[in-house]
Amino acid sequence: MNFFEKIGAVVLSVYSYIVDVTALFFDTIAWLIIGPVKRKSAKRAGIFYQMVFVGAGSLIITCFVAFFTGIVIAMQSAYQLGKFGANIYVAPMVAVSLARELAPVLTALVVAGRVGAAIAAELGTMKVSEQIEALETMALNPIRYLVVPRFLALLIMLPCLTILADIVGIFGGFLVGVFNLKLDPYRYMTFTFKYMAWKDVWTGLVKSVTFAVVISMIGCYMGLKARGGAEGVGRATTLSVVTSFILIILFDCILTGIFFFANQ
Amino acid sequence: MDREVIIRADNIVKKFGDRTILSGISLDIYKGETFVIMGGSGCGKSTFLRHIIGALKPDSGKVHLLGKDLSSLNEDEMDKLRMKIGMCFQSSALFDSMSVGDNVSLGLREHTKLDKSVIDIVVKMKLEMVGLRGFEDMVPSQLSGGMRKRVGLARAIAMDPEIIFYDEPTAGLDPIVAGVIDKLIVDLSKKLNITSVVVTHDMKSVFSIADRVAMFYEGKVLEVGQSEQIKNSKNPMVRQFISGSPDGPIKFFRQKDDYLERLIA
Repeated sequence: MNFFEKIGAVVLSVYSYIVDVTALFFDTIAWLIIGPVKRKSAKRAGIFYQMVFVGAGSLIITCFVAFFTGIVIAMQSAYQLGKFGANIYVAPMVAVSLARELAPVLTALVVAGRVGAAIAAELGTMKVSEQIEALETMALNPIRYLVVPRFLALLIMLPCLTILADIVGIFGGFLVGVFNLKLDPYRYMTFTFKYMAWKDVWTGLVKSVTFAVVISMIGCYMGLKARGGAEGVGRATTLSVVTSFILIILFDCILTGIFFFANQ
Repeated sequence: MDREVIIRADNIVKKFGDRTILSGISLDIYKGETFVIMGGSGCGKSTFLRHIIGALKPDSGKVHLLGKDLSSLNEDEMDKLRMKIGMCFQSSALFDSMSVGDNVSLGLREHTKLDKSVIDIVVKMKLEMVGLRGFEDMVPSQLSGGMRKRVGLARAIAMDPEIIFYDEPTAGLDPIVAGVIDKLIVDLSKKLNITSVVVTHDMKSVFSIADRVAMFYEGKVLEVGQSEQIKNSKNPMVRQFISGSPDGPIKFFRQKDDYLERLIA
């Protein structure tokens, strides 16, 4: 293979990959819509089970990450703002950067590592041990039965986790502001809500919904495509985490760009 | 003999890449019989099974299952047909996130409106039939290989199918458990008049369960006939396969090739 053939092969494989994941996404949406009509919707118990795993299971690690991120932003911005005697602006700095950027992205990365990997590993194991085929021969569509509950659970729980991360992160910044920078607690909170607009929160939530789609689709796709036993499952899991991370950053950039330029 | 044809394969051809797996297979399987497909590994018997249950689509040729042409069915019609068949997988393919009872009852819970108490009774009956009464609450990882196979069988018969497909039901089991499974297959087809299609290369089980046997070799049907007829076949390849002799028309290097393939597959 010469140089150009190699480039062509990579482009073609990435292209077919995008086509397949998009097809899986539309299939999932189709099952979401036609499922209830045909009385073949995903079971509520299955969705709740996944929601507990995605949401409740990720609570502690999400709070942990958000709390320390809030502290770090507060300290880093105080380092800069203190030079201007503008320490009180630490409050909106923490709140806005968390709501717009850090809470959705960091939560998505944590969940991609925890939940996305688990989805890929579970579906991958089911695939290589013929369980997916068994579902099909029992007239149970794997997309309806396995993908839809995971998709819905992530779609609902990731924004919830993001809101929680916003709150916990702001609290982390608040602790630094009050105990280290000696700011008045009441004034700190007033400044926080004075400068943080609704738009900051909902653009963050739009991002987290997008990331939920990315994590669930990549995790399910990698799992359902797994082949070749234990090694294949391992490869699927790694690929799902790496791909999710790259796509989360990429979509973050695209969405930030859209919100930024739409504002002008 | 004018029996009802329940499965008809008409000149099935399948290629994976440039490897031809099935090169024109035609077979009729009759209602109520136990039909065994035997042949060396990689001869296409499992691939053929996946064609008749509609999991794979042939490159050319047609499959008729329960009188319906599979290529003409849409997804919903295919699902209706799938509820009339049961499949026992080589690896059992039990859902390891569910208990034994949930595994067996899954089809009933998803496809019927039966009350939970009725489903529980059906599950108990099916588990009794495979000799696993009282195992409802165990999870698959607690079971031995033979027990998993039997749970797989209970799951396959849970919806009272018209046809059951078995992919290597006795592979990797000790002779006694293998004998138990063979007896179950015979019992089910005799008692419930279920058509059974068994893919195996376990010679002992072939002649204890089969009404008719087909021998596959390199993607073709080498010989098909009554169990006795195959047992006394004049075809040297069939004779070699039954006796398991390393010398004969079927060359060892091919088998070595397949061994590698089995390890990788």
